[in-house]
Amino acid sequence: MIPVPSLNDLNLHLTLPALSLTVWACLLLLIDLWVPNTRKQTTAWLAAGGVVFAFVANAFLFNVNDDAFMGMFRADQFTAFLNIVILGTAFISILMSVDYLKRTKIERGEYYVLLLFSTSGMMFMAASNDVIMVFVALELLSIPLYVLSAFRAPELKSEESGLKYFILGAFASAFFVYGAALVYGATGTTNIPAMFDAVALGLAEGGSVPVLLLLGAGLMLVGLGFKVAVVPFHMWTPDVYEGAPSPVTAFMSIGAKAGGFAALLRILAIGLPGLIVAGGDQTIASWQTISWIIAAATMIIGNLAAIAQTNIKRMLAYSSIAHAGYIMMAVAAAGTAQPGLPEAAAQGALFYLIAYMFTNMGAFAIAMALEKDDGTGTNIEDFVGLSKSRPTLALMMAVFMLSLTGIPGTAGFLGKVFVFGPSLDAGLIAMAVIGVLTSIASGYYYLRIVVNMYLREGAGDPAVGATPYLNWAAYACFAGTLILGIVPFLATDLTSNVLMAASHMLP
Amino acid sequence: MEATGLSLLTVILFLPLVGMTIMMFIPEAQGRNIRYTALGFSLVTFALTLVMWAGFNPALPGLQMVQRWEWLPSFGVSYFVGVDGVSVLLIVLTGFIMPVAIFASMASHIFEDRGREKIYYIFMMLLEWAMLGAFMIQDLIVFYIFFEITLVPMYFLIGIWGSEQRVYAAVKFFLYTLAGSVLMLLAILYVGNQAGTFAIPEIIAQVQSGALVFPFSGLFSTQSFLFLGFFIAMAIKVPLWPLHSWLPDAHVQAPTAGSVILAGVLLKLGTYGMIRILLPVFPEASIAWAPIIGVLAVIGIIYGAWVSYAQTDAKKLVAYSSVSHMGFIVLGIFALNTQGIQGAVLQMINHGISTGGLFLIVGMLYERRHTKALDAYGGIWKALPIFGAISLLVTMSSMGLPGLNGFIGEFTILLGTFGSDVLGFFFALFATLGVILAAVYMLYMFQKVFMGELDKEENKHLHPLNWQEYAALIPIVIVILLIGIYPAMFFAPMDSTVGQIVAQVSQFVTTIAQVP
Repeated sequence: MIPVPSLNDLNLHLTLPALSLTVWACLLLLIDLWVPNTRKQTTAWLAAGGVVFAFVANAFLFNVNDDAFMGMFRADQFTAFLNIVILGTAFISILMSVDYLKRTKIERGEYYVLLLFSTSGMMFMAASNDVIMVFVALELLSIPLYVLSAFRAPELKSEESGLKYFILGAFASAFFVYGAALVYGATGTTNIPAMFDAVALGLAEGGSVPVLLLLGAGLMLVGLGFKVAVVPFHMWTPDVYEGAPSPVTAFMSIGAKAGGFAALLRILAIGLPGLIVAGGDQTIASWQTISWIIAAATMIIGNLAAIAQTNIKRMLAYSSIAHAGYIMMAVAAAGTAQPGLPEAAAQGALFYLIAYMFTNMGAFAIAMALEKDDGTGTNIEDFVGLSKSRPTLALMMAVFMLSLTGIPGTAGFLGKVFVFGPSLDAGLIAMAVIGVLTSIASGYYYLRIVVNMYLREGAGDPAVGATPYLNWAAYACFAGTLILGIVPFLATDLTSNVLMAASHMLP
Repeated sequence: MEATGLSLLTVILFLPLVGMTIMMFIPEAQGRNIRYTALGFSLVTFALTLVMWAGFNPALPGLQMVQRWEWLPSFGVSYFVGVDGVSVLLIVLTGFIMPVAIFASMASHIFEDRGREKIYYIFMMLLEWAMLGAFMIQDLIVFYIFFEITLVPMYFLIGIWGSEQRVYAAVKFFLYTLAGSVLMLLAILYVGNQAGTFAIPEIIAQVQSGALVFPFSGLFSTQSFLFLGFFIAMAIKVPLWPLHSWLPDAHVQAPTAGSVILAGVLLKLGTYGMIRILLPVFPEASIAWAPIIGVLAVIGIIYGAWVSYAQTDAKKLVAYSSVSHMGFIVLGIFALNTQGIQGAVLQMINHGISTGGLFLIVGMLYERRHTKALDAYGGIWKALPIFGAISLLVTMSSMGLPGLNGFIGEFTILLGTFGSDVLGFFFALFATLGVILAAVYMLYMFQKVFMGELDKEENKHLHPLNWQEYAALIPIVIVILLIGIYPAMFFAPMDSTVGQIVAQVSQFVTTIAQVP
């Protein structure tokens, strides 16, 4: 007999940030009907209000550590910190969209509603404590993004972007579900902490359990690897990023990664750390090897392919692949069983994500400032002379590029420090060396933007897209990048209680 | 002893940043105000570094004027400044070179076609802040931060206000030095994680007491790899042959002030890091690698001198002479004895002063004739006698004429090399060859430019030096004479600190003998 939970057992209040956003998105879809077509900005502000409400709710729930929805939903510091990243991304995206949609003539109310749905999907994904929940959240995150990517239809590039993302995304989801099913077959549970016990039990008994588990974990890694765009599941990224409307690109470059890495860390580091097939001198999970190979390949291919790009959106797409590789380093590091190491790795990934959020959103903001109404103006050549025509924008872009390279004084540097440290502790020295060497290659293409802006003579782009709201978004990102680079403890203090262990294993 | 309140070092460190912030609010059109704000702040900073030197107690080997604030306590990273006998002179050198470079910038015409005077001086202040920080900070991560931040303003100084090939030179400079230092970052993280702290004195104390052991079993073992991670970064910065190829490009393309700062201070970050970190933290690897590094240094000394002699471009000649001179400093450090290291520290100051002076002279010639080709000059002494006399003195100082500063440094280094357990006679012999070659190329340059007949029409009517140019050159002349006549003043502060470093290394000579 299936027990019927009472409302109290659901612990609904813990889900307030994500749930309120979902409800608000549903309502906004209706409210938008009464917003006249000429004043769609109102919808944007209403959407932003929902994001702010969720942010405040999240702040109140920051230090809880409890389950909701009968163990499907986990509210802890990990969730709450990721919510900050996701909501920040959503808020900045809305700011960047207001004028952009207007001038590119795609201003429709659904845009903001879809954005909110996707945001809530990301938040549920960050909190999911059950592979079924991961899957549902994954779909809630993805389907609005497919639509948003094609939002510039009937423009061909945008349609291609949406279709490509949809078809490949559907495949990836299928991989994930199949993997989840196999893991369920091996462990008899879909709950991630319960998986931890079942794995220990199953491995002790032997039989076909390890094979099923390995296959299942591998397939889930494929599905989530697609979402976060790691090699070899990255092929879609440049085309989708280039074709999608720029604010959407910016939004998914962070948000989808935040959700995907959250699920990866929870499933691998909490659910399956005991999946050890052959023990060496150090206890490492069997998924660590493949994770670090993926991380290394991602950093190499992402950074090297970015060198050859001439379009800023494509370059940032490859750069986002490369950065997924750096975050993947933290996932790999979490596979070494050593007290405190999975936590340090997760904290590193979290800091990297928030640093990357400010930096990359900022870079997209400046790229959008240069973008013309017809979607042209996104070539790297268009940056020539920007320091003369728009010195403030050029200065901010230079800082974003230095932060993406990982130059000290910026958030990007500390992000790298916090993922390289645990990687060395985990004994993944080869991966760390590949990481730093590829970051030199990345210096080359990021620096090229700076060269174009400052060192080459040119009239300079007038930056027609630098409208007030976009500028505010850029200022916020600029401030965030520098502040986190100088006083990083503002963010690291917020991750000090992150735990990466099955809940009943905790003291 | 933990100081309460602000340490003088903190005040010195953040003064350039205050200047930078003020300059940001001065409109671009008020060039004069911007220039004088920068000059004022650099002069006050210099004055304070002198106050610091006066307050420095040379009898103590350890850190003084310490200030420590937690920055990232959970990772063991702190803002930790302090000064000891090695860094005190380098901080004063930084304070000294900066006003000189600003005077040189004020006298130059680079802003006439490139403009952007405001951001130029902002970058100068940023650079001063970063360099002072690198010499003061006693925490590995924060040291790395300052070490790397120096790249950014220098990159822009070369890239915006440099000569024709400036973009190439700037990018090469940036990526080359970045490539070296990222491996150092990994080594820093490894060392810090093992030690549980990133504070250099605490790491050294752990290494010395045996609480922290980096396994050493020969040239290729854990400690040696960590050593190399640091060493490559430092060696690129120095630059040590064969990692020097960015230097001629950067120097030749940089504006005069950029070259002065690069030669005067930035290169010293590498050699300073060797003394501060490599020797005491990795003593066994330092001893084991010293002969190999010594060979590279000697090759650099001779190669740099030889290539210098072959140049037809005055700035390139001085740039390659830097490779030669910096080879001496590395040789002195890896002699691993008191004389070698003391000579190396003094030679860092000397090289900063003399080579900085030479770049100023080349820059002033360029301002007048818009060429750096040696063939375009000749007989300049007759056109500008005072300038000629000053140039002669700087040239003599650079080639190590007894009685001037260069001699003292090189002589002490050679003495240290000769008496070293790890290097010895042959190293000293070949290095001496470098001294002779230095005389050859320096006199060659001086003769080509200043001596001979004043036979070229364009050279007959050169502007006399203006007051800013004198203001840049005369302090250099004074210091050259001061060190030459009274070197004890400069050796005194470093005595006990260098003695302590040598003791920290030599304690491990016995353990290394046991390695098969």
